[in-house]
Amino acid sequence: MNVKPPREYVITRRMDTFFINLYDASKFVLRFFKEVLQPPYEGREIIRQCYEIGYNSLPLISLTGFITGLVFTKQSRPSLAEFGATSWLPSLVAIAIIKALAPLVTALIAAGKVGSNIGAEIGSMKVTEQIDAMEVSAVNPFKFLVVSRVLATTFMIPVLMCYTGGVAMFGSYLNVHVNEMTSFVSFFEQAFQKISFLDIFASLTKSIVYGFTIGIVGCYKGYHATSGTEGVGRAANSSVVISMFLIFVEEILIVQIANSIK
Amino acid sequence: MEKPATDRINEKEAVIVIRNVYKSFGNNHVLRGIDLDLYRGENVVVLGRSGTGKSVLIKIISGLLKQDSGTVKVLGQEVDRLNDRQLQELRLKLGFSFQSSALYDSMTVRENLEFPLVRNQKHLSRKEVEDAIDRVLDAVGLIQTKHQMPSELSGGQRKRIGIARTLILRPEIMLYDEPTAGLDPITCIEINNLINKVQEEFKTSSIIITHDLTCAKATGDRVAMLLDGKFIKQGTFDEVFNSNEERIKSFYNYNFIE
Repeated sequence: MNVKPPREYVITRRMDTFFINLYDASKFVLRFFKEVLQPPYEGREIIRQCYEIGYNSLPLISLTGFITGLVFTKQSRPSLAEFGATSWLPSLVAIAIIKALAPLVTALIAAGKVGSNIGAEIGSMKVTEQIDAMEVSAVNPFKFLVVSRVLATTFMIPVLMCYTGGVAMFGSYLNVHVNEMTSFVSFFEQAFQKISFLDIFASLTKSIVYGFTIGIVGCYKGYHATSGTEGVGRAANSSVVISMFLIFVEEILIVQIANSIK
Repeated sequence: MEKPATDRINEKEAVIVIRNVYKSFGNNHVLRGIDLDLYRGENVVVLGRSGTGKSVLIKIISGLLKQDSGTVKVLGQEVDRLNDRQLQELRLKLGFSFQSSALYDSMTVRENLEFPLVRNQKHLSRKEVEDAIDRVLDAVGLIQTKHQMPSELSGGQRKRIGIARTLILRPEIMLYDEPTAGLDPITCIEINNLINKVQEEFKTSSIIITHDLTCAKATGDRVAMLLDGKFIKQGTFDEVFNSNEERIKSFYNYNFIE
């Protein structure tokens, strides 16, 4: 008689792994929300992480924001000029920067710089048994490493987003000023005419969600790093890739929700 | 050099009791029915080849891993039945010295020692914390490294600081994972002496995981030989290595040829 061997996997190997990882990640996120509310609080570590994430990202964010504003204005001018509508440039740029570019550019830069850093740092602590060392000395490593970093990214990415928006608008102003001789006050008056409170609120909400995503993905990947230095590299790399992917998914969802509220 | 017998061992009071412990990773059956007692004041050396599950055993004792079956009692408490808070309290009495030292490489030596202390003994004043740090650094003979980063230390110094970091919480039990691995013979002797000094000064009971016979002879009041997932012989160093068991003889010969 031909006996069929038992199935090794519930669905397929890849699908099983995907669902197991999804379950693990959900548990990790739930643990974050549980631990974040329970004392003791690692206040000093949170402030240190805010400094590391915020202050150390400033040069890169400044440069990227400035170039984004400048180039976007420069590229938009010819199209508006065809209709004799270059006076709309400040409004157009402000809408683009505040509603989409500032949150997205900040999040993508932070995913690359901060997310990979978190993944690599926690990953290397994992493979060199530093996390185990914390556990056996009766210190909660999750609270010290994960909660502090996720809170720091959740708080600092919106701050960085506001800064990026400001720098990008300044870049745009310089371009408009050189070409149209528009004054500083008049540029910003026109720029903010088409921006509502809901637009700013939606952008801040997006940044908070992106910040949380960058922190939690980096920590999760680092915390589950295996196989020595190779695993650390993989953790850093997948932190960036998964964060970026999730940021775009969240962008679509939040834009849909904001539009439906409007 | 063989360790002189100590009269502080209290054979009536077992601080660690391990019974019939099994642990597998997939099809790899690492521990297959382990029994071991550690008495108060005693140093027990667990000897065995690499990959025989020695480190797995002490990770089970410290609650970093869970056994598949069997019981592990530390200071009268079954480790795998404790909740997070109880496990944390138990770990305050349990020091773990890692093979890799596992120093926090973003912190100085002082911060490495301060880290577990200020989080577990919040009532201590700044001066008391500094005194405790100086005391353990002095005990391991490395007070001069207080403000150095782990990357600036040698392998032996890192091991000593790792031991100091566990001693700062004044544990009753010490677990050493390969304390002499990767060190030169002279540093090995210094580490062996330090393990004995810790036993005497801090009144600890210890399990020392190693495959180094010199370390076993110098530090162990008792030796347990782990092979194929089971202890095949337990006793003093001489009792174990005077046996006619072929596998023990070959381990002994291999160690010295190596």
